[in-house]
Amino acid sequence: MFLSADEWQIVDLSLKVSGCAVVFTLPPAFALAYLLARGRFPGKILLDALVHLPLVLPPVVTGWLLLIGFGQRGPIGSRLHEWFGLTLIFRWTGAALAAGVMALPLMVRAMRLSIEAVDRRLEGAARTLGASGWRVFWTITVPLALPGVLAGLVLGFARSIGEFGATITFVSNIPGETETLPIAIYAALQVPGSDAIVTRLAVTSVILSLGALVLSEVLSRRAGAGQGGHVL
Amino acid sequence: MSFDVDVRRRMGPNTEVAIGFATGPGLTALFGPSGAGKTSVLGMIAGLIRPDAGHVRVAGETLFDLDAAIDMPCARRAAGYVFQDARLFPHLRVRANLRYGQRRATTPAMSLEAMAAFLGIDHLLDRWPRTLSGGEAQRVAIGRALLSGPRFLLMDEPLASLDTARRGEVMILIERVRDQLGLPILYVSHDRGEVDRLAGTVVEMG
Repeated sequence: MFLSADEWQIVDLSLKVSGCAVVFTLPPAFALAYLLARGRFPGKILLDALVHLPLVLPPVVTGWLLLIGFGQRGPIGSRLHEWFGLTLIFRWTGAALAAGVMALPLMVRAMRLSIEAVDRRLEGAARTLGASGWRVFWTITVPLALPGVLAGLVLGFARSIGEFGATITFVSNIPGETETLPIAIYAALQVPGSDAIVTRLAVTSVILSLGALVLSEVLSRRAGAGQGGHVL
Repeated sequence: MSFDVDVRRRMGPNTEVAIGFATGPGLTALFGPSGAGKTSVLGMIAGLIRPDAGHVRVAGETLFDLDAAIDMPCARRAAGYVFQDARLFPHLRVRANLRYGQRRATTPAMSLEAMAAFLGIDHLLDRWPRTLSGGEAQRVAIGRALLSGPRFLLMDEPLASLDTARRGEVMILIERVRDQLGLPILYVSHDRGEVDRLAGTVVEMG
């Protein structure tokens, strides 16, 4: 293709960071979506707002909060290091964390919509047929919500690919470790005469994002059960 | 006694469903106009709605009794519930829909194949629910309920959404179920003709 080896490495890293971000964000995102769709508890509005916070907060603030929480001396970061020998700051894993946090609101939104669209009378029918709560959940609720879950995954992936502000604040720009597509583009823009690199990386970004959006839309339309709808 | 029901439940600020009846074997019709709360009564017997007070006993077994603090979970009541709108699982083929409740049936009276033949749905097993006509879907729903090893059947206007020709077919089927399987059946309807033809006992409501 038209990318150089270094540029391929950037794309590769971006895909790795985003892939990890959505895979690890999926379980908490689904749990939150389920809670917000079905739960009735005090403080629900607050939880809803908290989940959406990364969407409206300046990304640099989110990055700074991650720095405080997950940094070497942060309350979470120091324990992760102590117990698991895991360091996030200035590592690609930290980039994945930042991307995951930024993708969370979009993922929760998509999944919540599809969980809300599940016909609860079908769950009642399953219970009359002898299904336990868990069986109803895994055989009725989850499969019926699946298109939205997949759409949320793809949407979260697209969001992760584009993540910039929180990432550069939290893990900085380290080529080969945390230099994802948007960060590489930004860095290249600072160097005179690198228009060609910027163009190639930007075109790659557009292709990836467009592909993910189209895929997400296709998934949510193909709601096997004739339910579901648009996520965007 | 087949159904021994005495339940009360507030459904809204000004509506309360309250009914008491005891029936013999065979098919009992719960008859009354739309909005009388017939479906709510079925829901309370099946365990989908919790009554505010009273008791539900079917074939000698107590499923709910407020005073004795008995409230058997819906999944264990072994109700064969046939809903008005069939309520087939849209993401499962007909065969998987029929199989869904089978694991509860400890002593399957009939295999899936025999049931499909009994109900005339053997040619539909590999179809998706959305491709079925109303009458076909309702027959599958009856099969699904029967294959779950029910101790009794609850039928909520199973003919209401069908055209006249299909009604006749499904009615004949319900008569066969009533006469050949010997399960207590509570059948909700607002149609006098249906009730007269199918029911041994009629409970008026509303």
